[in-house]
Amino acid sequence: MDETLILARAQFGLNIAFHILFPSLTIGLAWILVFFRLQYARTGDAAWLATFKLWTKVFALSFAMGVVTGIVMSFQFGTNWPGFMTKVGNIAGPLLAYEVLTAFFLEATFLGVMLFGMNRVPAWLHILATVLVAAGTSLSAFWILALNSWMQTPTGHIVADGTLIAGDWLRVIFNPSFPFRLAHMMLASFLTASFVVAGLSAWRLLKAPKDAAARRTLRAGALLAALLAPLQIFVGDLHGLNTLEHQPAKIAAVEAIWKTGNGVPLVLFAIPNEEQKRNDFAIQVPRLASYILKHDFDAELQGLDAFGASTPPVAPVFFAFRLMVGMGAAMLALAWLGAWLTRAGRPAPRWLLWVFSAFTFSGWIATLAGWIVTEIGRQPWLVTGVLRTEDAVGRISGAQLGASLTAYGITYAVMFVAYMVVLTHLAGKGAGAAEPHPQQGFVRGAA
Amino acid sequence: MTLDLPLVFALLMGAAILAYVILDGFDLGVGMLLPGADEREQNRMVNSIGPFWDANETWLVLGIGILLVAFPVAHGVVLQALYLPVVAMLVGLMLRGVAFEFRLKAEGWHRELWNWLFWFGSFLASLAQGIMLGRYITGFEPGFGYLFFALVVGAALCGGYVLLGATWLILKTEGALQRKAVAWARWGLLWVALGVALVSLATPFVSQTVREKWFDFPATLWLMLLPAASVAAGLRLWVVAGRLGRGEPAREWAPFAHAVAIFALAFLGLAYSLFPYVVIDRLSIWDAAAHPSSLTVVLWGAAIVLPFIIGYSALSYRIFRGKARETLYE
Repeated sequence: MDETLILARAQFGLNIAFHILFPSLTIGLAWILVFFRLQYARTGDAAWLATFKLWTKVFALSFAMGVVTGIVMSFQFGTNWPGFMTKVGNIAGPLLAYEVLTAFFLEATFLGVMLFGMNRVPAWLHILATVLVAAGTSLSAFWILALNSWMQTPTGHIVADGTLIAGDWLRVIFNPSFPFRLAHMMLASFLTASFVVAGLSAWRLLKAPKDAAARRTLRAGALLAALLAPLQIFVGDLHGLNTLEHQPAKIAAVEAIWKTGNGVPLVLFAIPNEEQKRNDFAIQVPRLASYILKHDFDAELQGLDAFGASTPPVAPVFFAFRLMVGMGAAMLALAWLGAWLTRAGRPAPRWLLWVFSAFTFSGWIATLAGWIVTEIGRQPWLVTGVLRTEDAVGRISGAQLGASLTAYGITYAVMFVAYMVVLTHLAGKGAGAAEPHPQQGFVRGAA
Repeated sequence: MTLDLPLVFALLMGAAILAYVILDGFDLGVGMLLPGADEREQNRMVNSIGPFWDANETWLVLGIGILLVAFPVAHGVVLQALYLPVVAMLVGLMLRGVAFEFRLKAEGWHRELWNWLFWFGSFLASLAQGIMLGRYITGFEPGFGYLFFALVVGAALCGGYVLLGATWLILKTEGALQRKAVAWARWGLLWVALGVALVSLATPFVSQTVREKWFDFPATLWLMLLPAASVAAGLRLWVVAGRLGRGEPAREWAPFAHAVAIFALAFLGLAYSLFPYVVIDRLSIWDAAAHPSSLTVVLWGAAIVLPFIIGYSALSYRIFRGKARETLYE
C-alpha cells in the first residue's frame, strides 16, 4: 500500500508538474497575442502581423502540449485518487465540469480559427477569436484554481452520509484563499510569458542584431515584466498572510519554525533536520519572522509542534519557497534593468541579451517552486481537514504504476526535448522568416 | 414530476461519447491512413483535420468529465480496471496531438519521425479505445478468451476509425487523393462489417445480461431493425463511394454521413445492451449516481452552455468548409 501511495504521488506529481509548465505560459501569452493582433489591426504594419504569427506558433505548440498533458490529468483523478472523487466528487466534479464546458471547448474551437482562419474570416471575427482563446485560457485558470483553493481552504460544504456536498456554491468557489491564489497565478503566468517573449527575442537578437521585430518584443516583454514583478511581490505577500490565517502549518514549514514561541527569528538559510526537529547551520535574523508575519517583533507564531502529526515535510517546502522568492527577486532586477537599458529605442547590449536568454524559462522555475510550496505544504491533507492523501489512493498495483510511470516519463522526455528544439528553432528564425509569403500579410480577411 | 437525473446524465454522457467517437474517430482514422500517402498528400490530409482535432478531443474530456461528475463511484471502478489501456491511449493521444505541431516545424529525418509518431499515436489510441470497449462490455472479466475478445474489438474499432477518416477525406480532398480515399473507405467498410458482425455475435455469448436483452421475443424482431439499417447504410456507402471512385456524379458528403450512421446505430445497439448499467452487472446508473445537488448544478450549466458549444463548433466547421489545401498557416 505504501509503495502504491509513493508511486501514485510520484506519477501524479510528474504529470501535474509537466502539465503546469504549458498553461502557465499560455494563459499570459494568449493576452499578449491579443495585444499583437490589436497593434496590427490599429497600424496595419506588416511587422506586427509577422510578430503575431510567430508568437501564435509558439502559442499553438505550447497549447498542444498543455491540452494533451491535461487530458492525462482528467484520467488520473480516477486512476490514482479514486478516494478523492468518492469523498469530494460532489464538489470537485461540478467545478471540473464547468471548466470543460465554459473554457475547454471555447479555447479549442477558436484556436482553430485564430491559427488557420485569418484569410477565411473578416478581421473582426479573427480578433474576436483571438480574444476568446485568451478568455478561455483565463476561465480555465479560474475554475481549476477555485477547485485547488477549495482543497486548500474548504468552505461552503456540508457533510452528508460520509461524503461532502455543496451547501453554498458561492462560498465553495470564493473560498478564503481563492482570490489570492488566482491573482498570484495569473500574475505568475503573465511574468512567465513576458520572460519567454523577452528571452526568445533576445536569443534572436544575438543572431540577428538588426531584427526590428525582435527588438520590439524584447522591449515589450521587459516592460511588462518590470510592471508586473513588483505587483506580484505585493500579491504574494498578501497570499502568504492569508495562508498564515488559514493554513498555519504550511507557514511554519515555509519558515522552518519548529517550536511555538514569541519573537520568532527569520531563518534565511538552514538545513531543516526532520528527525531532531530543529534547523542545522541556520542563518537567521532575530525576531524578524514575527514582525513580517504579524507586524510585531514580539508576536507569537505557531510552530510545527502545534499541529501534532498533521504537518508537511519541512525541507522541500522550505527550500522551494526560497527558490521561488530568490527567482522572483532576480526576475524583478533583470526586468527593471532591461526596461532601463532599452529605453527610448536604445539597442540592448550583448551581455544583456545573454542574460535575458538565460532567463527565458525563469518563470517556470518560480512557478514550479511556488506550486511545490503550496501543494507539499498542504500535506498530509488532500483536502485540508477533510481528506488525507493516503486515504484517497487507489488499488492499482505497484507494477502497473511503475510501468505506466516509465511510459509517461519517456513520453514526456521526448515531448519536452522536441518542444525545446522547435522553440529555439522558431525563435532563432525570428518573425521575418516566419512569413514565407509576406504579400499575403496584406490580405485582411474576406470582409 | 421530478427529473430522473441519473438517466439524464447517462444520456448526456452517451451523447458526449458518441460525439467524441465520431469526431475524433475521423481524426484518428486520417492519422492511421498517413503511411498510404506521399508527402504532399500527407500535408493535405493533416490540414483537413488541423483546425478541428483539438475541439474534437475535448468531447473525450467532457465524456470522462460527466462520468466523473455524475457517476463518481463508477469513474473510479472503470478507470482502475482499464488502467493499462487508458495509459496506452493517453500516450497515443499525446504523441498524436503534439505531432500536429512538430511535423510542421521539423525538417529532414525529424519530420519523418514525427510523421511516424503521428501514425503510431493515432493507431495506439484507437486500438486502446477498442480494447477498453471490449473490456468494458464484458465487465472486466479476467481470462484469455476475454482478452482476445477485447483485442478483436480493438481491431474492429481501428477499422471503423479508418472508415470514418477515409470518408472524411473523400469529402475534404479531390483528385488522386480522393480516389485513394475511396479505396481506403471500401477496405475500412469490409473491416468494419467483419468486426461488427464478430462483436455482435460474440457479445451475447460472453455476457448473459446482453443475451437476455436481445433474445426476448417479440422485442427481438424490432431490435433486428438496428442491424438491418446498418447493413443498408453500409451497402449504400459502398455504392456511393464506388461512383465517386469512377468519377461519376455523387454527393461527396454521402459516404461520411453513412459512416456516421453506422457508428450511431452500433452505438445505439451497445447502449441498449448495457442499459441501465454503468458497470455491467455491478453498478446501475442509479447506484452510481452522485448527489442530486451536484447533478442539478451541472445540468444547469450544461443546458446553458452546450447550445453555444454546438453553435460555435458548427461555425468552425462552416469557416473551414471546402477542400483542404496543402499549406496550413495562411
